[in-house]
Amino acid sequence: MSTKAKAHHDSHNHYEAHSHGSLKSYLIGFGLSVILTAVPFWLVMSGALDSKQTTGLVIMAFAVVQIVVHMIFFLHMNVRSENGWTMMALIFTLVLVIITLTGSLWVMYHLDTNMMPSMDMRQMP
Amino acid sequence: MSRAAAHVTTEDPVFYLTDEHDHAEGGSTMFGFWIYLMSDCLIFAVLFATYGVLGGNYAAGPAPKDLFDLPLVAVNTSMLLFSSITYGFAMLAMAKGRVGSTQAWLALTGLFGAAFLCIELYEFAHMIHEGATPQRSAFLSSFFTLVGTHGLHVTIGLIWLVTLMVQVARYGLIQANMRRLMCLSMFWHFLDVIWIGVFTFVYLMGMLR
Repeated sequence: MSTKAKAHHDSHNHYEAHSHGSLKSYLIGFGLSVILTAVPFWLVMSGALDSKQTTGLVIMAFAVVQIVVHMIFFLHMNVRSENGWTMMALIFTLVLVIITLTGSLWVMYHLDTNMMPSMDMRQMP
Repeated sequence: MSRAAAHVTTEDPVFYLTDEHDHAEGGSTMFGFWIYLMSDCLIFAVLFATYGVLGGNYAAGPAPKDLFDLPLVAVNTSMLLFSSITYGFAMLAMAKGRVGSTQAWLALTGLFGAAFLCIELYEFAHMIHEGATPQRSAFLSSFFTLVGTHGLHVTIGLIWLVTLMVQVARYGLIQANMRRLMCLSMFWHFLDVIWIGVFTFVYLMGMLR
């Protein structure tokens, strides 16, 4: 590394933790997310898989992978930035998100099935 | 001075730092902004949970299959995806200190973002025109709240983007502007991550119902 480049680097030292990424990493991320977006749309629009349940599970898996791809290639997540506190905050948030989502769906589903016989809105006046 | 005085007058051990560390200006901004994004993530988690609970209650009204136009959603998704990569290019140009190309990529990002918003507003207008208003059913209430909140975030992101373009035009790529652009970068990519959840769970899963 030339001294000039190094000086330039040092002057931006506290931005180092959040790197700008490189052209290559952005293009890889973009290519992956195009594929990970196109395949679920194609699966649903063409009905390529016979079972709706399988399709649902597959597109959910694609969404999870795409979120991870965006986190790594676009948001530049890693375990080192801010001494790992960025990752800590993310993990903490994920725990809360999972509790919120699964808790709400689980409780409300059981509330629904254990309630009075369901009323059909179509018979309402 | 205070440190010297402390040495002279106190024999007791000191359990705290008498001198503040040197914090570079804005050194903790990025982490603070990340914490904000995480709290925003919780807002969306709650809205997703609401949609998950209420999304099947059509009240004999229109269901996702009657309303959603998947090709339009695919175009919308690609707009947001393109805006993400163009913002990435803006950050690369910024890292090289090129004001002109940074501004050009930012402008392109803004155009893609605006296109996304226009398509979304067209979709909403179309649904409301067909009588699928937010007050029609619990499904539509939760749908408009979730997707509308995302759209509101994109709108605010666009306002922020234009503001920063004016800032960069005026003051160039100074440290403060670079910091702001990096915060907006995180915000913009974060919105794209949320949109992955929206198009998967709301639109695609809705068509499967």
